[in-house]
Amino acid sequence: MDGIIKVLYDMSASMILPTTAAFAIAAIGLNVHFGFTGLLNMGQAGFMLIGAYGFAISIGAGLPFWAAFLIAVLAGIAFALLLGIPTLKLRGDYLAIVTIAAAEIVRMIGRASVLNDVTGGSNGLPGENFRNPFSDLSFFGDGQTTLLWFTFDNTGVNGWWSRAVTWLMVLVFALLVWLLMRSPWGRVIKSIREDEDAVRSLGKSVFSFKMQALVVGGVLGSIGGVMYILPTSLQPDSMGRNMTFLIWTAMLLGGAATIFGPILGTLVFFATRIFVQGGMRLFVPDEILNTQQTEQFSWIVVGVALMLLVIFRPQGMIGNKKELNFNV
Amino acid sequence: MSNAVAKKQGTKSAAEYRAELNKVPHKPGSHKPEAILTVDNVSRSFGGLTAVDVDHLEVQRGVITALIGPNGAGKTTFFNLITGFDTPSSAKKLIGGPSSSEAAKWEFNGRSLGNTSAAAVSKQGMVRTFQLTKALSRLTVLQNMLLGAQHQTGENFFAAFFKPVWAAQEKANTEKALALLDRFKLLEKKDDMAGSLSGGQKKLLEMARALMSDPVMIMLDEPMAGVNPALTQSLLGHIQSLRDDGMTVLFVEHDMHMVRHISDWVVVMAEGRVVAEGPADTVMSNQAVIDAYLGAHHDTDLGDDKFLTDTAAVRIEKEVVAEEARSKKTKKK
Amino acid sequence: MVNQPVLAQTRWKWSRTLVVAIVGMLIAAFWTLSQPANSFAAETTGPCVADSATGCFNGTIKGVGAGVKIVISGNGAEVIAVTDADGKWNAAVTTAGTYTLTLDEATLPAGVTMKSEATQTRDITLGFNKGAVFTVNGGTDGGESSTDGDTGSGTETAATGFNWDRLAQQSVSGLRLGLLLALASIGLSLIYGTTGLSNFAHAEQVTLGGLLAFTFSNVMGINIFLTTAIVVVLTGFTGWIQDVIIWKPLRKKGLSLTQLLIVTIGLALALQYAFQIFYGARTLRIVLANPETVTFGPVTLTIESLWAMGVSIVVIAAVGYFLTRTRTGRATRAVSDNPALASASGIDVDRIIRLVWIMSAALAGLSGVMLGLVLNGISWQTGMQLLLLMFSAVTLGGLGTAFGALVGSLVIGMTVELSNMVLPGDFKYATALLLLIIILLVRPQGLFGRKERIG
Ligand SMILES: Nc1ncnc2c1ncn2[C@@H]1O[C@H](COP(=O)(O)OP(=O)(O)O)[C@@H](O)[C@H]1O
Ligand SMILES: [Mg+2]
Repeated sequence: MDGIIKVLYDMSASMILPTTAAFAIAAIGLNVHFGFTGLLNMGQAGFMLIGAYGFAISIGAGLPFWAAFLIAVLAGIAFALLLGIPTLKLRGDYLAIVTIAAAEIVRMIGRASVLNDVTGGSNGLPGENFRNPFSDLSFFGDGQTTLLWFTFDNTGVNGWWSRAVTWLMVLVFALLVWLLMRSPWGRVIKSIREDEDAVRSLGKSVFSFKMQALVVGGVLGSIGGVMYILPTSLQPDSMGRNMTFLIWTAMLLGGAATIFGPILGTLVFFATRIFVQGGMRLFVPDEILNTQQTEQFSWIVVGVALMLLVIFRPQGMIGNKKELNFNV
Repeated sequence: MSNAVAKKQGTKSAAEYRAELNKVPHKPGSHKPEAILTVDNVSRSFGGLTAVDVDHLEVQRGVITALIGPNGAGKTTFFNLITGFDTPSSAKKLIGGPSSSEAAKWEFNGRSLGNTSAAAVSKQGMVRTFQLTKALSRLTVLQNMLLGAQHQTGENFFAAFFKPVWAAQEKANTEKALALLDRFKLLEKKDDMAGSLSGGQKKLLEMARALMSDPVMIMLDEPMAGVNPALTQSLLGHIQSLRDDGMTVLFVEHDMHMVRHISDWVVVMAEGRVVAEGPADTVMSNQAVIDAYLGAHHDTDLGDDKFLTDTAAVRIEKEVVAEEARSKKTKKK
Repeated sequence: MVNQPVLAQTRWKWSRTLVVAIVGMLIAAFWTLSQPANSFAAETTGPCVADSATGCFNGTIKGVGAGVKIVISGNGAEVIAVTDADGKWNAAVTTAGTYTLTLDEATLPAGVTMKSEATQTRDITLGFNKGAVFTVNGGTDGGESSTDGDTGSGTETAATGFNWDRLAQQSVSGLRLGLLLALASIGLSLIYGTTGLSNFAHAEQVTLGGLLAFTFSNVMGINIFLTTAIVVVLTGFTGWIQDVIIWKPLRKKGLSLTQLLIVTIGLALALQYAFQIFYGARTLRIVLANPETVTFGPVTLTIESLWAMGVSIVVIAAVGYFLTRTRTGRATRAVSDNPALASASGIDVDRIIRLVWIMSAALAGLSGVMLGLVLNGISWQTGMQLLLLMFSAVTLGGLGTAFGALVGSLVIGMTVELSNMVLPGDFKYATALLLLIIILLVRPQGLFGRKERIG
């Protein structure tokens, strides 16, 4: 019984984690790419990592919080331009190939021993290197606060301050995306998803619109990356392809091309993963699957879930089947 | 809108432009008194096959020109080339390539279009539709139409966030779109997804969408294929009235009755070349044209006086369906 | 027409027997494998489970074996972790925050020294696993180290600098990599050509080939040539079964290519972790004997490399012969060229596509065996690390053309190995990406591809 209550507590706790919010921000960005524009960005974790490095290294160099944040955003823009220029005039697969590769390469370069002094090599950068300027912004004061059944520090490493800020950001970005998508700009973006040539024939520069969308989603990815490392630390190996696939699964689960789909998907996804892992720990004896294998097994579940979602419910939980199906 | 277009086109009336054609000799590549489009040395080959090889072609402003020819004559490829969707093999290259007198060049409305992107071509007022319809399936019919409108403030990324900035323009565009939809008998479908329309309705939507951009010249690739014959007639009337308002129309069509009915001038392509030009009646009796058709298509009906037989429409619809199915399979993404 | 059903039925019976036989073999193989893996797990000092009250530090120090101590201290606690026989270690802490992890160098085996810092700091959040990497020099398998789930390229630091001998050596290595890449990417290209699908799970076919070779050769002790033959048959079979249970039904269901692409990505992810469950995250050696080398002037190669290159050349030539000289091969190219036209001219497109799946999976499997021999080891991520190179090769050659894939692979193989002369090993794949980006900018349709039609 205790075990079950603990799993339930873990599930609810995971849903308000700042890292979950950071994921949701990245998923909103990916949704701008794939859901609305039809861009196959298979390297969203690369955008996160670029943003994270940009931020952490800038703080390390003594820049104030806002300057470092701006640099993270600029890094995301630069990365989007670099990947977009060669690929956005070509068929969608090329963007997929280039982004998946570029994300890996950012990680490999980040963890290269030559760059140990800057990026911390494969160890990454510990949180206290870059966390304080963010905590210093807090006006929540010291001490602890209990809300519902959660008790956290007001400001500490992983307290209410970072929860409040990240989730507020999620809501603001969702609002901004909604504003964009109801506008004529959003109409062009969605039309590009449907048929680029038709849009071209009506005098819109498809390349430029796709680039704008790539930049918007990429910047959201970078911001997600910054928020992801703030309560933890920058670990290049935890921001690899798997993270990209998690974001994809979360986005598709909630419903691509909807405003709240990526957020809902992220919440449900994290809660479910804790549920599956906790449940397996409770009920599956170690001899059958040890902890590490449970972890691996949960990744297999993610992979299979991604396949099944795309095949049987491409519109996700809240998408409209008629409206939200896949391209071509 | 119509008056504005007429003004842009200059001072002559549609009838005057048409009358000028009377003096034009009936031979391939003949000079037009008031050419809106002039094409030189445009050729395109795929591997060994030369799909298009046009030495010289002029299209008269303010009239309806039909581009006909057997299947595979290169009409669609020609459209792709001059609208920037494809690049001629004879295009000027940085290194090597043809000498500048032999390189492809074409001019539209006084401007050279050699290296212009498809979007820029369209912005200059040369707007085309596609033989295989490109409806934006998961947008509503009305959204499809609104996409066609030009110079939208709300398409700027930063303006997009602030609805008051673009709301008034959007409202005007919506009114214009609804009027066009009414004309094309699509009004009651305005909130349906475009993907749910029939093949013929999609053709209509595409044509209406192109008209939303107030083109100087509209290029229609088989616009009536699959469209209900009863509606065809009223649409032909509409096309004629667009011309009378000063728009130039270039269209590809297989149905000779239709060609006879509305075109002021006919250009015939076969195996990538322009083989004949002239008014519909003269061209149909031209030996080169008959040869071209007989060579490709024994059963092509070169048109008698019965107007718009149902069988012709049905046959075209079948062709379109077959071609669409084929292209769906071939399409890589 | 009339005897079609009968034919289908006999074919079904035959294939059913084959399925049963092969599935049986696979289960047996996995069973033999999972035994030692489980007993290793039992030896660990109690696995750490991250939950809301616990955070776990973990890692693997390759090549040091059991008994190396790592002291984790901070936040008023001190925990000691000890490596198991695989070099794996983990430790639980109950307070979030920053810890100092110190590897006790006195516990390292004789002759083994630290390569990374022996003392590192990490911070941890409860409910999370946190990896820490310690690397050593002189360990028993090359001294590489990884955290769990680490997907890095290793910490290879190739000596850089130019001389003619190195140029010769790297060129031959480039040729070797190119040939092995070609084996894998021809299949990728054929699948793309005939179905339009960019198969991101193709790399896992390569890995599967290598891992199966490990099972048959290393675990079951079968002769390496026989092993290769068995692996090619088995991986070919996985291609067949994939088409039967996944790709053909999905084609018929009318899924878009975008959807299919995401399906291949999900499949790749699931397969990678399935490999990890069955084979662990270690690098596995296919043959146990230490490789012998031969020297031609400045170039030194292992016997295995020579064999691998020879086999690749022969097989690539055979594939080339098949595609250009045989009826079925020509039909395959016709389908690649224009499926609609091919179908209209009486070619059974579905049959050709199935054949292509079988062939590409088998070629990828063969490439995996060869890679395992050449690199002297295979792990769950060997194929994945080559995926970018394969895509670059196929793009360079022109998506969908088999000949292009061959030429592209050779160019990419050469570039990667030669760039290694001036750049550290970590940047090897970055070079390949740069090359890909340049190709896309200059000639997106590749050397032998052509543009698509519009309208
Ligand atoms: N992308 C392409 N690749 C190869 N051949 C093509 C391509 N596009 C068109 N063709 C060929 O060019 C010729 C002209 O085609 P098209 O312009 O579609 O003819 P039309 O529109 O007059 O029927 C045909 O033989 C066609 O098969
Ligand atoms: Mg055509």
